[in-house]
Amino acid sequence: MMTEALPPALILLTAAILIGLTRGHVRSAIVLLSPLVTLWATWQIPDGISMTVDFVGYQLEPIEGSALRRLFATIFALMTFVGGLYAFRHASALELAASYAYAAGAIGVAFAGDLITLFVFWEAMAIFSTAVVWCGNTPMAGRAGKRYAVMHVIGGVILMAGITGVTVQTGSIEIQAMRAVDFPSWMVLIGLLINAAAPPVSAWLSDAYPEATSTGAVFLSAFTTKTAVLALILLFPGEPVLIGVGIYMIFYGIIYALLENDARRILAFSIVNQVGFMVCAIGIGTQLALNGAAAHAFAHIIYKGLLFMSAGVVLYRTGKRKCTDLGGLFRTMPLTCVCGIIGALSISSFPLTSGFTTKLLISEAALSEGLAVIYFLLAAASAGVFLHAGIKFPWFVFFQKDSGLRPKDAPWNMGAAMVSFALICIGLGVFPEPFYALLPYPVEYEAYSPGKVLFYLQLLLFSGLAFFLLLPAMKRTLTITLDTDWLWRICMKLLANTLLVTMIATNEAFSRSTWPRFDAMRTWTRRHWGDQGVFARSWPIGTTAIWISVLLSGYVLLYYI
Amino acid sequence: MTVECEKDHWLVRPRTIRRLWIVFSAVLALVAILQFVIKVKGYFGIDGWSGFAALFGFLCCIAMVLMAKGLGLLLKRKETFYDD
Repeated sequence: MMTEALPPALILLTAAILIGLTRGHVRSAIVLLSPLVTLWATWQIPDGISMTVDFVGYQLEPIEGSALRRLFATIFALMTFVGGLYAFRHASALELAASYAYAAGAIGVAFAGDLITLFVFWEAMAIFSTAVVWCGNTPMAGRAGKRYAVMHVIGGVILMAGITGVTVQTGSIEIQAMRAVDFPSWMVLIGLLINAAAPPVSAWLSDAYPEATSTGAVFLSAFTTKTAVLALILLFPGEPVLIGVGIYMIFYGIIYALLENDARRILAFSIVNQVGFMVCAIGIGTQLALNGAAAHAFAHIIYKGLLFMSAGVVLYRTGKRKCTDLGGLFRTMPLTCVCGIIGALSISSFPLTSGFTTKLLISEAALSEGLAVIYFLLAAASAGVFLHAGIKFPWFVFFQKDSGLRPKDAPWNMGAAMVSFALICIGLGVFPEPFYALLPYPVEYEAYSPGKVLFYLQLLLFSGLAFFLLLPAMKRTLTITLDTDWLWRICMKLLANTLLVTMIATNEAFSRSTWPRFDAMRTWTRRHWGDQGVFARSWPIGTTAIWISVLLSGYVLLYYI
Repeated sequence: MTVECEKDHWLVRPRTIRRLWIVFSAVLALVAILQFVIKVKGYFGIDGWSGFAALFGFLCCIAMVLMAKGLGLLLKRKETFYDD
């Protein structure tokens, strides 16, 4: 083992254990300080490999630094800090510990220099994120967590199969760019895409995340899908399949969010939508596009965290999460409302917010590759994002009608967490250049030009007009929308039940009709082969000799005839 | 009735809402008209047309809402659908 750097993932993992062992102010100090130490450690990691471990004949590289990896580790650590600030007074020690271990897994993936290390941290994330879902502590959270765990175990098995195949094929466990051309590389791609909530299994995300606690969902929204984005950037840059997958995810997210009544499930669908932009960018695969995917992931974690925080405060204060139960909260929750709106504007890539300076890198990439259809689809999707998240979320939660609820505004720590993320959203939108300098490739991109700002203002504001004109059609109903998880939640259950019923019936029919016949056979068998049966009896040698001589004479006779 | 309304938060009074609509319409008109002053670069020709983004955004939203509505007819179920 050789190491030149302190592994950032180890710091958070230690913190997670200590959170479980301590209480009171000591625990709070660990929750708030350990992500900052992790952040510091992240920036101490130089480019290239700075730690190796020998493991069953392979040389593992648990820490490999690069601009891209540091960028993702930075946002993971930052998210852990602000999430910790948001959660530390309200979440249980178990949930905090699980969340920190989950974040440690994400940072471990960010620095993983080989496929085996990547897989180990990948699975750690699956385990601890399931624990975070289960901390929701309701029967619904229990069942959703089980489905979530099964999905991620399947994803892990597929990924492992792929990694094994790739290792056998290339003889190397290095993380290097590849294409999905054969069975092992397809398995790796599918394994990664399952965690990115790609079709046809996007439903795990909107199923599980809204069942977590108000604090747990904030952590969940950040890590799993974004580590998948990082892994896709590292392993499959420019894989053409990803363009189509990304576009599908974008519109799936919009349509399902439009139909949804649960405020946090709306946000969950819009994660799929936003990750779709990143996946599409990775499919385009140029330096500009990969910069766009990385930048957008960074900005997305912040504004999506912010949106989940504001929805979390509402849930914490009112115990309600359905649009039909909410409304008019702006009266008594001005801070939560304003922060929610800033998050909503950022996700809609409104000028002067982080969405405008990051998501448009992806559109620019489509433009410079001459992908007209993709470019227009992305523009349409921007309008759709404004529709389903940018207006719908704040409108139905904070305005809409007077629900009669008059909850208090956010507790100080939740408020501080929201304000800090809201400021970063605007900061990245107003001064994008220092952030662009952190991106993996050099950026020659002008974020603001009058023409572009006008184009997007027209696009977004007229989408807003469409929203308010179509408001009667957007009326929320007490419904859920079927997804592919219907196949395993209903169809497979039915199938299993049918199979069970059939087996029981067959068994009964068998014992009724066939066993009596078997009984006769058993009696017959026992009579002939049982203790006293004619074939089981011991015979005197003489009798045997007679029989043998009879048979032999018969044989000789036959031979002559 | 007016007294009742006056008691409510100023933001939800009908008068405010009417004014908000007027302001919103003015802003919409402004961003549409501004295109005569500020040139929007058309990368594929059509996207440089006057008011293209406005119309495109508006129509796309209507299309997406209608599509969601249509799909909803097929896929919407009661909340208790999955309850065991």
